[in-house]
Amino acid sequence: MQWDIVIGLEIHVQLATKTKIFSGSSTAYGAEPNTQASAVDLAMPGTLPVPNEQAFRYAVMFGLAVNADIERRSVFERKNYFYPDLPKGYQTTQLERPIVGPGYVDLDLAGGKTKRVRIHHAHLEEDAGKSLHDTFYDELGHGMTGIDLNRAGTPLIEVVTEPDMTNAEEAVAFAKKLHGIVTSLGICDGDMSQGSMRFDVNISLKPKGSDTLGTRTETKNLNSFRFMEQAIAHEVERQMDILEDGGTIVQETRLYNGDRDESRSMRTKEEANDYRYFPCPDLLPVEIDESFIEEARNSLPELPDARKARFMEHYGLNDYDAGLLAGDSKLAAFFEEAVSHGKDAKLTSNWIQGEFSARLNAEEKSVAESPITGAQLGDLVVRIADNTISSAGAKKVFEALWSGENDNVDAIIDAKGLKQVSDTGALESMVDEVLAGMPDQVAQYQNEEDPKKRKKMLGGFMGPLMKASKGQGNPKLFNEILVKKLGG
Amino acid sequence: MHNKSVAELSRELESGKISSVELTQQFLDRIKREDGQFNSFITVTEEQALADAKAADEQRAAGNATLWTGVPFAHKDIFCTTGVRTTCGSKMLENFVPPYDATVTENFRNAGAVCLGKTNMDEFAMGSSTESSYFGATTNPWGLSQGDKRVPGGSSGGSAAAVAARLVPAATATDTGGSIRQPAALCGITGLKPTYGRVSRYGMIAFASSLDQGGTMARTAEDNALMLNVMAGYDPKDSTSVDREVPDYTATLNEPLKGLRIGLPKEYFSDQLSPAMEQQVRNAVKEYEKLGATVKEVSLPNARLAIAAYYVIAPAEASANLSRFDGARYGYRCADPKDLMDMYTRTRAEGFGAEVKRRILVGTYALSAGYFDAYYLKAQKVRRLIQQDFVNAFKDVDVLMSPTTPSPAFIQGEKTNDPVTMYLEDVFTIAVNLAGVPAMSVPAGFVDGLPVGLQMIGDYFSEARLLNAAHLFQQATDWHQREAQ
Repeated sequence: MQWDIVIGLEIHVQLATKTKIFSGSSTAYGAEPNTQASAVDLAMPGTLPVPNEQAFRYAVMFGLAVNADIERRSVFERKNYFYPDLPKGYQTTQLERPIVGPGYVDLDLAGGKTKRVRIHHAHLEEDAGKSLHDTFYDELGHGMTGIDLNRAGTPLIEVVTEPDMTNAEEAVAFAKKLHGIVTSLGICDGDMSQGSMRFDVNISLKPKGSDTLGTRTETKNLNSFRFMEQAIAHEVERQMDILEDGGTIVQETRLYNGDRDESRSMRTKEEANDYRYFPCPDLLPVEIDESFIEEARNSLPELPDARKARFMEHYGLNDYDAGLLAGDSKLAAFFEEAVSHGKDAKLTSNWIQGEFSARLNAEEKSVAESPITGAQLGDLVVRIADNTISSAGAKKVFEALWSGENDNVDAIIDAKGLKQVSDTGALESMVDEVLAGMPDQVAQYQNEEDPKKRKKMLGGFMGPLMKASKGQGNPKLFNEILVKKLGG
Repeated sequence: MHNKSVAELSRELESGKISSVELTQQFLDRIKREDGQFNSFITVTEEQALADAKAADEQRAAGNATLWTGVPFAHKDIFCTTGVRTTCGSKMLENFVPPYDATVTENFRNAGAVCLGKTNMDEFAMGSSTESSYFGATTNPWGLSQGDKRVPGGSSGGSAAAVAARLVPAATATDTGGSIRQPAALCGITGLKPTYGRVSRYGMIAFASSLDQGGTMARTAEDNALMLNVMAGYDPKDSTSVDREVPDYTATLNEPLKGLRIGLPKEYFSDQLSPAMEQQVRNAVKEYEKLGATVKEVSLPNARLAIAAYYVIAPAEASANLSRFDGARYGYRCADPKDLMDMYTRTRAEGFGAEVKRRILVGTYALSAGYFDAYYLKAQKVRRLIQQDFVNAFKDVDVLMSPTTPSPAFIQGEKTNDPVTMYLEDVFTIAVNLAGVPAMSVPAGFVDGLPVGLQMIGDYFSEARLLNAAHLFQQATDWHQREAQ
């Protein structure tokens, strides 16, 4: 049987406000446990929430960036459940009246296809604290759970899409697009390893062409694009196996273990909490007026779509390169810094997507953690473009920059003697000398009629030539001279 | 000295006839001697009070005294006090010492007033008799001479009894459904519940957030005005507090009442009210007519729905507000919890009393899937209708007057096993909280030797007018000066 896959996403985006959504505590990541938890965050008796205006500004900016309606009056509600990292015993969130209404995002997919994914709504809420399981032990050696409330009260927007995606590629493209939008807006640091963006994936299958949606499952808390892709593939396969064996899907929340590529049920619908939502009486409805929205609109920075168009027009990049570089604000900024030094946009783009990205991935580093700057990469590109160094030499320079051996491109070229010899006279005499020492090969070459084989045989002379030039001869020029001397 | 009002004590201190240390010591001695029979205090902070009094005397000597500098008073044990345990009448918070002040606490501290301790109350302010306190019931000073142990009303029964027994000249209190007015009436003192949002709720332990309001208790209207001068005002720490100018509530106390339009809600003069009670209230209204007021009957057609709506909304909010008492971070925790669920269930089963549990259960039920629309949403609709009743009534009149309670103070234990009868104690006071308007209870006579309260309800932010009307009534009568024997 053929199946249609239906995917909807819920994305938690941690807002990069300096303080929490309802208290003055810092939101900085990585502090000692419970050092950023005030009486309000600890839910001490009698304490009250005071909303942080910046969180509302960020939510409005997000809404505008995804073409959404901004609700003029939104309401905070209490979502009631007991858990030790939820100090009040309820989460303050929005349900019936979220701040951001329906909107959409357009995706560019492989092969020049585009796809619109609708956003159902986005709401503001507070994050919970963290439970640290088995990090403490009692006197009998039993594992105990520690609670760190530093994160409790960090503002989040939860973005809920319509079930508009039909495969993992689209879901990941959406997630990446959203990542690009929130980081470009500067409302989220986008650092997924620290939980700044977390994805819940709702998946269901239905017989191909059917109008009736199947029972869905929700896979929670995926914190990388790769895990998200794997989790979708895993869940689709799991559901397909069940359905093709004649079984039924249980509506449930599942947890995916990316390291083992397995998932398990966390709770079924029957086990789900009754959260007993009701409007929070400690907070008045949030009234957003036109001037607040206009102010937010005027503060919107360039967004990925506009940046992509500019990269294509201004730098002459193709659709794919422009989309990739413009999609991530930090990568885009790195590119623009590099190209302001390196001039050659295509070559700069190739180096960023090639050597640079490969190294970041290999070392699991973000652009912000790169040991080399855009300016340095730009300087390197200049020396490649003006033939000062060969591409092999460029890799050595890149390596020296990355390792921190030296931070100046020209100094590295000098120190390592990577400068190419491009003096035609000097190169010609080297060629003459090498050819004189290889008469058999010269004869063989000249007797060969197949141009492909001749081209291959040409390579046989390059080794000795590079050796004769101590690696500094310009390979391109050597090649030209060889062809001329050997008679085409 | 113990019979003097705040205003009088302030003048005594100003004249130098007595120091704050002496005055404080006198009241502390009186509490020590007398409070055994009332149990109106949960905690007496003798050492702190004497230190504060000494500081107040120095402040005065330095020429920096306010009207409150060195004047003793008490806080209901629902207001958080830095370094002094704040129990809310519950085992759950028996040993809870907050590291912060409620805004109300801070305001009195800044004014230089001397807090003598924390007064008894129904657990988490849930009750109308101060019998649900973990620290034992408070006894009303009235009735003791006849050999009866009567309730002081609740939930602010400790504050009311302490003021009535002259253990303090004034005390803070809170009112969610009548918790200031009903005990004020039953103890023969004057109490004011301000407009919702007039006094900050920060640091005031929440029962039902949309109804809770801090207020005042003293023997005279003038002292209530002096207290409100300290308590009222916008607080950036409470989003529901209202940013609106605070008048000097004492400045208009003597405005003539000529032309004051009084409305008598016919629903509050029903057969629930005993003829003797009604007679006292109508006598008080006659007194106002003598002072130049006009009187007409008005209607609050939805008032009869107030108790039903209140007992959905208040428990619903309470069910969430009290979730934080889970044994994890502060307060009571059960011994040797086996696991998380065991800690939650036993902590809450052992830490909360019966009435608190009852309301958590009711509130949880009302918010549950499948019942939310029928209970919570319906109650909110009723609440809007009740608000509209008051808005309509205040188009025609300035003040509504009624009895504060259907009957005088009852005997302890009489209603503890019948929650619904207990809830009916607040039949005349609850609609006020649902609407958010201000209201007072003023002593207006006696029935069978027990005090009767006159309730006066005003339009939003009309506290100054209410205090003015109460003050001039007290110039013409002496009910508020009567002392229990």
